[in-house]
Amino acid sequence: MPGKYHIETKEVPPRTTTVGRFGIIDLYETCARGCRNCVKKKCIYDIHKKEFDFAHSLDRPTEFMNECMNCLMCVQNCTRGALTRTQNPEYTWLGNGYWKPAIIAGIWKMAATAKLPVSGAGYGGPFSGPGFDSMWTDMSEIVRPTRDGIHGREYISTSVDIGGLPSNLEFGPRGELLGEESPVIELPVPFILEVPPLGHISKNVLEAMARAARGMDTLFALDAEDAEEFSEEFAGWLAPRMKNSAIEKHAALIKSVRMVCLEDSPDALDAVARVKAINPGAVVRITLALGDGAEARVVELVEAGAEAIQLSADINGDIVYSDGRVEFIKDAFRRIHSLLVDRCVRDRATLIADGGIAMAEHLAKIIICGADCASLGIPFLVAMECRMCGACSRGVECPVNMSEVPPEDGAWRVMNLAAAWRNQLLEVLGAMGIREARRLRGEFGRAMFREDLERDTFQKIFAGA
Amino acid sequence: MSMTIENKIAAAPATREIKTAPSRFRNQIGAYKIFRSENCIGCGKCASLCPHGVHERFGDSGKMVRPRDYRCRGESCRSEEYFCINKCPAGALALRRNPVYSTLGDYRWTADLILSTWDQAENGHVTNETLESELGASGGGFDKLRFRFPAVPSGVAPSDVDTSLELNRRSDDPAAHKIKIDVPWYGGGMSFGSISDNMMVSRARAATAWNTFTCTGEGGYPELLRPYDDHIITQIATGLFGVREETVQRVKIAEFKYAQGAKPGLGGHLLGDKNTADVARMREAVQGTALFSPFPFHSVYSIEDHKKHVDWIKAMNPRALISAKVAAPSDVDMVAVGCYYAGVHIVHVDGSYGGTGAAPDIAKKNIALPIEYAITRVHNFLADEGVRDEITLIASGGLRNASDIAKAIALGADGVVIGTSDMVAVECIRCGNCESGRGCARGIASTDRELKHLIDIDYATQRLINLYNSYREQLVGIISRLGLRSVAELRGRTDLLMHLDYSKPE
Repeated sequence: MPGKYHIETKEVPPRTTTVGRFGIIDLYETCARGCRNCVKKKCIYDIHKKEFDFAHSLDRPTEFMNECMNCLMCVQNCTRGALTRTQNPEYTWLGNGYWKPAIIAGIWKMAATAKLPVSGAGYGGPFSGPGFDSMWTDMSEIVRPTRDGIHGREYISTSVDIGGLPSNLEFGPRGELLGEESPVIELPVPFILEVPPLGHISKNVLEAMARAARGMDTLFALDAEDAEEFSEEFAGWLAPRMKNSAIEKHAALIKSVRMVCLEDSPDALDAVARVKAINPGAVVRITLALGDGAEARVVELVEAGAEAIQLSADINGDIVYSDGRVEFIKDAFRRIHSLLVDRCVRDRATLIADGGIAMAEHLAKIIICGADCASLGIPFLVAMECRMCGACSRGVECPVNMSEVPPEDGAWRVMNLAAAWRNQLLEVLGAMGIREARRLRGEFGRAMFREDLERDTFQKIFAGA
Repeated sequence: MSMTIENKIAAAPATREIKTAPSRFRNQIGAYKIFRSENCIGCGKCASLCPHGVHERFGDSGKMVRPRDYRCRGESCRSEEYFCINKCPAGALALRRNPVYSTLGDYRWTADLILSTWDQAENGHVTNETLESELGASGGGFDKLRFRFPAVPSGVAPSDVDTSLELNRRSDDPAAHKIKIDVPWYGGGMSFGSISDNMMVSRARAATAWNTFTCTGEGGYPELLRPYDDHIITQIATGLFGVREETVQRVKIAEFKYAQGAKPGLGGHLLGDKNTADVARMREAVQGTALFSPFPFHSVYSIEDHKKHVDWIKAMNPRALISAKVAAPSDVDMVAVGCYYAGVHIVHVDGSYGGTGAAPDIAKKNIALPIEYAITRVHNFLADEGVRDEITLIASGGLRNASDIAKAIALGADGVVIGTSDMVAVECIRCGNCESGRGCARGIASTDRELKHLIDIDYATQRLINLYNSYREQLVGIISRLGLRSVAELRGRTDLLMHLDYSKPE
């Protein structure tokens, strides 16, 4: 039996005060004081007992509130009705319209505990929504290839490859392989780490991400100047991003890494050749912003031999075209993937999705829509307690002091989150009866899209279509 | 089992009679808060004014009882003659939104739906019309569907409406029980382990009073349920926990759980904490270990295998009806037809937004179809195959109220299964902490020996009986307004529905 891949985890509590959703408010003047029947003593979660401990903590006096399980037993049983529950306004300010407070709080929890979120009661969210919320993944009712359900999850592989596969192999008369072998990097998880476009990116943050990339055996894409600093310890897991003009300057670095990242440019393929001249074993990723003409450009690049292309939307997964049209990343990927399949060149290049991937389900869904893997930055920054408040972009002091993230703990939190996401991916793959993340790519048939369902169900019935 | 007082109550049959069953909590949550200041002179004017019973004077003591503000209609009273705030001679009353109200509920089960369910469970009817009792805020599915009521009254009297449902429609199985339930719903499977025996027996008593069924879920058949055998569905799920020949033989309906809507394709998982001594005994397992019901049945990889399952039950209990509970994948229609050919009487489709005692959040949200899409698919496919009237189609997964039940039937289901509503009736607030530690802090989904006593059997039974009465009243109201005479006539009548996004305005 082959060794099983496993992400190491370690519980790392938050460094700073987390922001909870609700608070239990005590109307102290209503309290009868001498009441011997105080509901606070009866809390089955012992939250109120912690109130006393935390009251003495200067930096986090209200922390206990965030541990409240919201059962309302104290609120509903207090003799004088002196307790009430309210929304924490600070919670509603977290993130933005796409990175909702629940997503951010969820990431924090996973980053601290590495546990995949499990809860009771049915789903309480909207019926469907924009973006990834307009698709559902399928399941296989009876017949399934994994055949062993929850106990078989450990046999599901989440590995993916970065690099191009030739459409066929050619052999010489003695059976020897002809032509050059193109480099392929096998990642045990379908994502790479990347420095996000926002946030306070301190040296400690970079080191934490590099450590996590090494811990999980994936890659970490960061600027070449920063990569130089870490190359001694982490070279095998770094993917330096550089300008075409700086390729020769970073020759030593390029020789030591497995992947190099370039921006798309008219002479991108020449630049790739220059990198290959320095290190023929490196995979070169070309990053391309989704938008006008991106589709044609991807086809052009793939047909001309590009082996890995990262397609970027904005942090919310949106792509804005010059005519004002906005498209979501999943729809762009479906189109581009299908186009490459139609031209019989899909396997010649790896497509990496970037933007809008905020939850484990998004990762599964973008792979279904045709990405081989994703590049993730913001989720891991949030794992290290970033609140996406934008203070750093306004030159205001970071409320969670990202420059002080201890690299070891930061790495653990990143790996905790990654482990929780991977576990969720296994759930989805298991339910579909798919044994490999590789096979999930482009499996539109294993997903159900709202527009199709509405057309075939309600539109058919009610609009007579 | 020793005959404790609790066991005696559990064994006593309940009736359909509506009795007020007030909240078991001192501070019932409502939409509003009424504050009475020290200026109150205890004149009792508010008590004489309020038609909703918010205010009460404590005898002739000149003292007022703390306002029962959960009954308050708030701002909707402002224009009324009896608006207590304005009429108080001492100006001692103040009206505020209850801050808890704004933190309660979610898109599917809004605060109003929860409060309205409590209202119905307490009183047996919808008494608080200021609460939205028919629609959630999910923005799709049932929440976008409305009935097209005729402008002129239909002339059908509510007393003429038949709400019964025949569960065995197969013409090729004359030996099987003929079972007609009085309301077109029965209780979904909740195992001993996920909920307490008090809760199970309360559901069974309510189901018996209303001549319908409740389901044991996977986790054994507690002895307390014996008096209600004729109204219990015993579930056979993949872990086979507590499944014995003898328990299959004592019931009229056996249900195979192939999958659950909230976690399709994932199987069940009872966390070790909830596997208490009692649960472990019932499930013939070791206390404190996590118990997995794997997915799928390792004996079933085809419809032919499924047929063997049905035959297996038939060999033990030849007259039993067989139900197959399946989730809603994209080929659910095919699965349903396969179930028919395997010989089941009831195909129970559980949509993806259904309830659970514990499931990964990613599964609850993303895997498989919401029930609204699945019903029409299955209904039409069964009809196209020519077997629609040979099988009973039961829908579940996110039905929250009488209106949803009626909509599901109009979309094509024969009847429905409800589960979460039962929980909310006994004051579940959907905090979602059913799964960990000692289980539900409110005593509903817990087998903890201390916590389970938070649920009194008589209280829970009565709340469920009241809720079922209210559901039936509303269902009868909808059917009679539509000019129909039975639930059976409503089935598949999508022409009586409209969809906010697609239907053309009349």
